[in-house]
Amino acid sequence: MPDLAAFERLADIVAAGDDGAVVATDHADRRSEIQVRPSALVETLDRLRSQGFEHLMSLHGVDYYPEEPRFGVLYELLSFKDQDRLTVKVRVPLSDPIVPSVTPGWPTASFQEREVFDMFGVVFAGHPDMRRILLPDDYIGHPQRRDFPVGGEPVLFTGNEQRNPGWWK
Amino acid sequence: MEVSADDEKTGSGGHAGGPDREAATGSREQDAPATKGERDRGAKIADQTSATTPEADTDGQPDEGGGSSPSADPQAESPATATATALQERTEREAEWEELARRYRADEATIDFSTQLGAVATQDEAELLTINMGPHHPATHGVLRLLTTLEGEVIRDVKPIIGYLHTGIEKTAEDKAYWKVIPVVERMDYLAYYFNAMAYCGAVEDLLGVEVPKRAQYLRVIHLELNRIMSHLVWLGTTMLDLGAISILWYAFRERETVLDLFEYSSGQRMHTRYFQIGGVVEDIPAGWATKLQRFLDEMPTRLDQYEAMLSKNEIILQRLKNVGVLDARRLQEWGVSGPLLRAAGVPWDLRKATPYSSYDDFDFKVPVGTIGDNYDRYAVRVAEMRESVKIIQQALDGLPEGPTITEDRKVALPPRHELATSMEALIHHFKLVTEGMRVPEGEAYFPIEGPRGELGCFVRSNGSSKPARVHMRDPSFVNLQAFGDMARGEYIADMIATLACLDPLLGGIDR
Repeated sequence: MPDLAAFERLADIVAAGDDGAVVATDHADRRSEIQVRPSALVETLDRLRSQGFEHLMSLHGVDYYPEEPRFGVLYELLSFKDQDRLTVKVRVPLSDPIVPSVTPGWPTASFQEREVFDMFGVVFAGHPDMRRILLPDDYIGHPQRRDFPVGGEPVLFTGNEQRNPGWWK
Repeated sequence: MEVSADDEKTGSGGHAGGPDREAATGSREQDAPATKGERDRGAKIADQTSATTPEADTDGQPDEGGGSSPSADPQAESPATATATALQERTEREAEWEELARRYRADEATIDFSTQLGAVATQDEAELLTINMGPHHPATHGVLRLLTTLEGEVIRDVKPIIGYLHTGIEKTAEDKAYWKVIPVVERMDYLAYYFNAMAYCGAVEDLLGVEVPKRAQYLRVIHLELNRIMSHLVWLGTTMLDLGAISILWYAFRERETVLDLFEYSSGQRMHTRYFQIGGVVEDIPAGWATKLQRFLDEMPTRLDQYEAMLSKNEIILQRLKNVGVLDARRLQEWGVSGPLLRAAGVPWDLRKATPYSSYDDFDFKVPVGTIGDNYDRYAVRVAEMRESVKIIQQALDGLPEGPTITEDRKVALPPRHELATSMEALIHHFKLVTEGMRVPEGEAYFPIEGPRGELGCFVRSNGSSKPARVHMRDPSFVNLQAFGDMARGEYIADMIATLACLDPLLGGIDR
């Protein structure tokens, strides 16, 4: 994790030439995080890559329900050289859940962006293959959303198909 | 049959030699356009019929007409008319097949492979075959489906399709108190349960700001490394089984059983032990456990020597492993691959060394690396890692400090049993922890550790309640699987299975 001075320098690099790019910064004990505008995401990651954060180790979604903007997508960057980690975060609202895809620049994001789409319904614009990955293609809903109930999904067994005609309705 | 539609009707008269042949094949030529192969066959049959009709019909001349053999119904019709009818039926059937084949070709031509295969399928000369492997081929190490495009026996593209083992563990975890999540996340990567628990506990400890006692850290290291040996042993046995080396499976599983016995001894369970708790480990190791572990540590290097004697000089194994599934470090890193796969390509990146957690910096061990990143390197790196793990466990066992095995913070860990009888305070804490669980301050944490397959990171978000608002496991198998297409492309299909095995994907971890 970069120390406070290095972290502020990185935030300045991200914000350079684009005042609104950095929305918030957070530097805690074991975690430093830069929150950026979705439109500035690809540029931010490229700039951080040139600062040594060459590895995108993880990409995952979070649902901040009931806060708005509701969804967050987190990019866990890693620098082999400095053995540092840095998190980049974007937040998007439910009404417009579109984040630019970073798969063209970081191939490792491919499966992980699909998983976030699958679980949260955040669409990654520019992803070459934006489909569900873990759930069936005809599944309705995005189960990792906080307002998606646990359970309550009818399970089809041979028995209850007979006992409960029209179970699918 | 290599025939195209424009071949039809060209030189149709050239093959019918005699007048009787003209008569025999004439009716057919009006019915349907004949292809070259068909004409040849027709001519052959015509030869046979013209040879059989004049004289002998009793010598059992091979008649391909099926039901109308001369011996079966010699009285019904004269042989000449029988064969003519048979020929008529045959030509009709063949015309039908021809039509079906033509329609199939037309259908096939409309399939847009380019969306599935990228640039590969656009090579005109390549005759590609897309086949489906899975979702449950035994050698795929789980419920994995591979959409494989072959040119002959060579893999031109392979797309892993996953999700068959998705159980929604991350969602389930959001509905449980923090300490009840541990057994759930343990079941993600089912060969690395200590690692899953470690990553999760580490993330929650980060959020809570809890200090883990030294003895607990050492006990964690011992169990993590035992788990790493166990996971690599399963990998070794099953991978070599895929290559046809069957005996190694029994030897590897024999040692794995010893490790599982140790787990059972220390925690009561062979798998999914729930031994790690937030703030430490659930209890101290039982009496006699250290002796048993020492016996294992003494014999394990000899066992590894035996494995290597069986495998590293085995010509067949070497030929199957060397220079197969090569992928260079740069490409691997683009795919986000970590762990033994990346180290096999020569990158000495190990989180135990780079960002030590749980007192790994106290131990002296090496990071084995390979050279070119082929399957042999992957094998060699994993075997060498087992040796290093033995060394780490030995050091941790020798230097095991005295002290508590779980944090003294009563808001996080259960009070000792005997305190419940004497202390009201302890009783209240116990009650609160068991019923509601601990409240974790708001925040987010990502805790990466070096799992047996690469970086295993756990992301936990807390909203201040007693249940996590989000638990996400960055599972190394899930990320590593993306590189599989690059590894397998251009290999033989048999080597694809070996490469997949050397990738060591764990479907429980991939699908979660």
